[in-house]
Amino acid sequence: MDDRRIIILLAGVIGILLAGSLASFVLSRRAHSEAMQTTVRNLESRVKAWWVMVAIFAAAFLLGPTVTLILFALTSFYCLREMITLTPTRPADHRAVATAFYVFIPLQYWLIFDEWQTVFAIAIPVYAFLLLPVLTVLAGETDHFLERTAKLQWGLMLTVYCISHAPALLILDIPGHEGENFLWLFFLIAVVQLSDVLQYVFGKLFGRHKVAPRISPAKTWEGLIGGGLSAALVGAGLFWITPFSPLQAGGMALAIVVAGFCGGLVLSAIKRSLGAKDWGTMIEGHGGALDRMDSVTFAAPIFFHLTNYFFVP
Amino acid sequence: MIAAARLVLIALTRFLVGGHARWVGSEPTFEQRIYFANHGSHLDTIVLWAALPDALRSETSPVAARDYWGKGRLRRFVALDILGCVLVERQAPADSDPLAPLTAALAEGRSLILFPEGTRGDGSSIMPFKSGLYNLANTHPGVQLIPVFLDNLARAFPKGAYVPAPISCAARFGAPLRLRQGEERQAFLTRAREAVATLGRPGEV
Repeated sequence: MDDRRIIILLAGVIGILLAGSLASFVLSRRAHSEAMQTTVRNLESRVKAWWVMVAIFAAAFLLGPTVTLILFALTSFYCLREMITLTPTRPADHRAVATAFYVFIPLQYWLIFDEWQTVFAIAIPVYAFLLLPVLTVLAGETDHFLERTAKLQWGLMLTVYCISHAPALLILDIPGHEGENFLWLFFLIAVVQLSDVLQYVFGKLFGRHKVAPRISPAKTWEGLIGGGLSAALVGAGLFWITPFSPLQAGGMALAIVVAGFCGGLVLSAIKRSLGAKDWGTMIEGHGGALDRMDSVTFAAPIFFHLTNYFFVP
Repeated sequence: MIAAARLVLIALTRFLVGGHARWVGSEPTFEQRIYFANHGSHLDTIVLWAALPDALRSETSPVAARDYWGKGRLRRFVALDILGCVLVERQAPADSDPLAPLTAALAEGRSLILFPEGTRGDGSSIMPFKSGLYNLANTHPGVQLIPVFLDNLARAFPKGAYVPAPISCAARFGAPLRLRQGEERQAFLTRAREAVATLGRPGEV
C-alpha cells in the first residue's frame, strides 16, 4: 500500500473539515433569524458526523481490514436497529428479528472476511429470505403476515446486505492494484458524502424546482444537477486512488451520485410511510445513523458490481 | 467486581436496546420516590434501573418477585448484588405483610421501582394495578410517586423469548402523582394506571 496517498487524503479531508467547523462556528455567531439558525444547526450536525466518520476511517485504516469489517458490521447493526424500532413488529416476530440480528449480520460480514464471494452474494437474498418467514410462521400469527415478513427482509437487505458491499470492496483483486482496496472504499464514501453536501449547497443557493416535493422537499433539480456534477468532477479528480482512468473515475462517481440520490429518495419514502421525519426521532436525540447511510445503501452495491464486472478479470 | 458487573450490564443495555431516560414531566432529583411503570418484559427492571442517573441509581431499589429473581444463582446475583433489588412474595401467606420489605427499604430512605401490574402483560395494554401502590402512597405521604412508561420492551424481549432483540427502548418519566384527600383505593389505582398509559401516547404529553 502506498502510504503517502492515504496520508495526503486524510490531510485533505481534515483540512476541509477544519474549514467546515470554522465556518459553522462563525455562522452560528452571526445567525439571528430562525431559518438561518436551523441551517447552521444542520451544518454543525453534518460536520460533527463527518468528524466521527473520518476518525472511524482513520482507525479502520490503521488497524486493518478486520477492524474495518467490524466497524461496518456495527453500522449495519445500528441502522437495522433504527429501522426495526420504527417498524411495528410484534412479539410473534421476535425469533425472526433476533435471527436477523444475531445470525445474518455476523454471517454476512464473516463471508467477506472469508472472501467467500458467491455465498456473500446470496446469503441474505436467498437464505434469509426463505428462513425468516419460516421462523415467523412458526409463531402462528397470520395477521399482517406478508407485511411483517416483507418489512424485516427489506430492513435486512438495505441495512446489512447493501451496506456490506462497501467493505466488500476490500476483497476484490485487480491485478496491478494489489493492496489499494482501502482507497476505493474511501473513494466511494467520499463521493457519496460530497454529493450529499454539494447537492444541499447547490439546492440552497439555486434550488427552484423540487424533484419530489411530497417525499423530500429539500431535494431540487438544481441541487441534484449542480451538486451531482461537481461531485462527479471531484471523483474524476480522485482517479489516482482508483484503478480507473480519469474519465472512468468520473463515470463511476456519476453512477455513485445517481444511486446515492435514489437511495436518499427511497429511504425518505420508507421513513415517511413509517410515520417519522428522521430515523432518529423515535430515538429522540440518538440514532439517526441511517440518515447518514441512506445514500450508501444504494451506491455501495452498484459501485461494487460495476468495479467487479469491468475491472476484476 | 460488582461495580464492573454493573458497568457491563449498563453498557450491554445501552448497546442492545438503548433504554435512555426521557424526563418529560419530572426531573431526576434526590427526593425519595417510588417509580411505578408498566410491565411487559423481564428487561423492564434492568432498563428502568439503567435509565436513572448514576447518583440516583445507587439510592434506588427495584422491587422484584422472589419466585423469578430469587431463583438460580445468576438471577440472584443480578437481582441482589447488581441491581440491589428488594424481593417480594407474590403469593404471600395470609397472615404476613407482603409490603414489609418495601416499607423497610423506604424507612432506610431508599427509593423504589415498582411494577403495580404484578406480572408481565403482552405489551399491548396495561393491566389493572394491584393495591400495593395505594397502600404505600397511604402510609408514606412524603414519598413522591413518579409514573414511568417503558416503551417497546415487550417487542425487544417478549414473554417466552431467550435473547433480547436489539430494538430501541425508552423510559419516559412523567409528573409526580399525589394521593388526594380521602381518595378511594380503586379511583387512585385507575388514575395511576392512566398516568402511565398517557405517557405511552407521546402525542398527548
